[in-house]
Amino acid sequence: MKMEGQVRIPSGCAIAAIISHDGNRMSGEIITNAMKPMHDRSNGLGGGFAGYGIYPEHKDFYALHMFFDDRATRKTCEVFLKERFEIVKSERIPTRKIPAITDEPVIWRYFAAPLKSVLANLQLAEKEFVARTVMKINAEMKGAYVFSSGKNMGTFKAVGFPEDVGMFYKLEEYEGYSWTAHGRYPTNTPGWWGGAHPFTLLDWSIVHNGEISSYDANRRFIEMFGYKCTLQTDTEVITYIMDYLIRVQGLTLSEAASVIAAPFWNTIEGKTDLEDKHKHTYLRTMFPSLLITGPFSIVLGFNGGLMALNDRLKLRSMVVGEKDDRIFIASEEAAIRTMEPNAENIWAPAGGEPVIIKVKDGAF
Amino acid sequence: MSVEFIYPEFEVIRNTDRCIACRVCERQCANEVHSFRKEDGIMEADETKCVNCQRCVSLCPKRALKIIKSDCTFRENANWQNDTIKEIYKQANSGGVLLSSMGSPKPLPVYWEKILINASQVTNPPIDPLREPMETRVFLGKKPKKIQRDENGKLKYELPPQIELSMPIMFSAMSYGSISYNAHASLARAANKLGIFYNTGEGGLHEDFYCYGDNTIVQVASGRFGVYEEYLRAGAAIEIKMGQGAKPGIGGHLPGAKIVGDVSRTRMIPQGSDAISPAPHHDIYSIEDLCQLVSSLKEATEYKKPVIVKIAAVHNIAAIASGIARSGADIIAIDGFRGGTGAAPTRIRDNVGIPVELALAAVDSRLREEGIRNYVSLVVGGSIRSASDVVKAIALGADACYIATAALLALGCHLCRTCQSGKCNWGIATQRPELVERLAPDTGSKRLINLMNAWRHEIKELMGGMGINSIESLCGNRLMLRGIGMTDKELEILGISHAGA
Repeated sequence: MKMEGQVRIPSGCAIAAIISHDGNRMSGEIITNAMKPMHDRSNGLGGGFAGYGIYPEHKDFYALHMFFDDRATRKTCEVFLKERFEIVKSERIPTRKIPAITDEPVIWRYFAAPLKSVLANLQLAEKEFVARTVMKINAEMKGAYVFSSGKNMGTFKAVGFPEDVGMFYKLEEYEGYSWTAHGRYPTNTPGWWGGAHPFTLLDWSIVHNGEISSYDANRRFIEMFGYKCTLQTDTEVITYIMDYLIRVQGLTLSEAASVIAAPFWNTIEGKTDLEDKHKHTYLRTMFPSLLITGPFSIVLGFNGGLMALNDRLKLRSMVVGEKDDRIFIASEEAAIRTMEPNAENIWAPAGGEPVIIKVKDGAF
Repeated sequence: MSVEFIYPEFEVIRNTDRCIACRVCERQCANEVHSFRKEDGIMEADETKCVNCQRCVSLCPKRALKIIKSDCTFRENANWQNDTIKEIYKQANSGGVLLSSMGSPKPLPVYWEKILINASQVTNPPIDPLREPMETRVFLGKKPKKIQRDENGKLKYELPPQIELSMPIMFSAMSYGSISYNAHASLARAANKLGIFYNTGEGGLHEDFYCYGDNTIVQVASGRFGVYEEYLRAGAAIEIKMGQGAKPGIGGHLPGAKIVGDVSRTRMIPQGSDAISPAPHHDIYSIEDLCQLVSSLKEATEYKKPVIVKIAAVHNIAAIASGIARSGADIIAIDGFRGGTGAAPTRIRDNVGIPVELALAAVDSRLREEGIRNYVSLVVGGSIRSASDVVKAIALGADACYIATAALLALGCHLCRTCQSGKCNWGIATQRPELVERLAPDTGSKRLINLMNAWRHEIKELMGGMGINSIESLCGNRLMLRGIGMTDKELEILGISHAGA
């Protein structure tokens, strides 16, 4: 049977997220529990989480989370990494043996910083270098896979139901100011650990529910800029698009949202705010190949915030609620009620309307 | 007669029980096939002159006429087929190069027919175009590498010049001279009403059509007929014609007989002189020369209009297109070897060039490999015959399609393939006033609009089935295509998987 990456696998899904506006850190247990009432939205072939603010003691280093097929691959990869990075810590990611999660690969993490001499030689910005290295390992190093590469954040994912994955990774031992979660319902294949969500690059992480119809148009465009879509998943290409639009092109979050979930031309033409009209006309004309069509609800995590977004027809459910300093996002209200039974102001954002929540300045 | 005689290709069958000798066929046939025998009041036919344009058949009030292929053939021979033998006789008779019109009728491979389109089932929803918005608008032009912001951090909205199409189809270049004033009028009016573009071809722009400038692409070809400052400024975009799919590597020849009146004035050449377009542009012998012509045309129009470079699909098309993408051109138009023509040497039309499907796939892939696909838009033609051809072309990587033969069919062309005679009974490929007036621009433009509206509906339905509600998400979306009955090499070039895989 073909592995993930050799074949394109559509998936249905459940997503959830929580963030503290004040930057208060919360245990990963809350997000694990949120996935329980949405059990039926997954089929046990993938679950995962991203936590932000979880590595304060190593916040200046890139936290590289990696899967290896075996010890030998890890050794080879470490040689490769040491030529490029200063590694301050290298360890097995702690896990708990549970019957629901089996066949785990070697799961490792490195806290590392690119060598200054290497950056100077290549004339590359630090982030660009890290992104390219991740891309290179994932595309070229058989049996090694980087599934998280940001600073002071980390992704935890596996083949299994999300609530079991949370238990497996001992998420209750981590504390973060924001968390995202994903349960996967792929239509075929036994699933592969790397194929679970969240999908990440640098500190971007994406959890996504949907199957985008624009996939190959998006993929073939974004691959012009050094990205390699090795997994053939929607989530992967959306992550790269966001990295390209925000980090490389320098768009704001809401401008990027207007590119990928652009308003219809009729809506743009009907706008009375001329500035807004010009902006949307410009963005659609400038980046036509990055429009995403077909159903999706996504939560984009980044250092200091979250953005939730639906496709422009709102073909996937997604609701938002709040309580005190915390904002909740989920495929179903039940997940929000699990996190906070007294959540208030529950509403369903319109298609293409981004919900951007940032931790207030200095709080993370 | 004798050795020079070639038996007529068609037979005119007249049902004498129905014929009332009204002589409509006689009046309608510029080839003078039909005649009236006064002695006994019977209609006769000289089928040696018949081109099977179906004009008499269409206009006979009693449906008394039909034209059939003659069954008088040479002795069967798989190697020396009828057409081949006749061509040899013709050349032995005349000593000349064989001329043909319209796209090649040979059974050349049509890859569109080996490509199948996807549809959504279960995992994502198809979209109903009757209930949900379905967008077909396209902007053609160069997209900058990077956004710009002003000192306050506000986005700068300036873009290089773009042309906006309400749907991804344009009427391809056909010169005034090769087709009639009324044909041009029909195309111009329809393009205007549809929010798309028509193309002047290389014969200049008739003064009456400057009012349609916003929907006009003005062409600059190697003969430079009718090219002057006002002409360049009149159009919405300028097309440099480097080649044509039906006759790559050669120029054009409009006989002096057609350079009459307005055609002569519009082309800015004397009446009765042959209009000869050289094979190359004599100021373009290399890619850097093209770059200079692009710059000159942009200077002349203050960088307000996109420049299209049209090339015939030839073997090294990917590398050529890559060069053009870096030459400053905004749009590349690729014309495939099944494309039409008003007249071309038969041997060239049937043997030179490559299919547009392969050319398009190769160019789109190459430009992406080089990271420059957004430097240019891609337009393809030759031959796009239906809405599904359009959808397949866009999914392979085109931004828009050019159609010409399909547009002429809408105007009444019956593909008799004798445009070079100048005696088009449908008033299209002719300059004879009494024939031209048969094509009424009101009717012609209406029929073009009907055709495009019909295709637009079909495109939307195909898109909706795939769960795509905007044409830009279809562009280059090759995962939506599968091949059937193709070799691995063909699939590799097209960049698609085989059906079932």
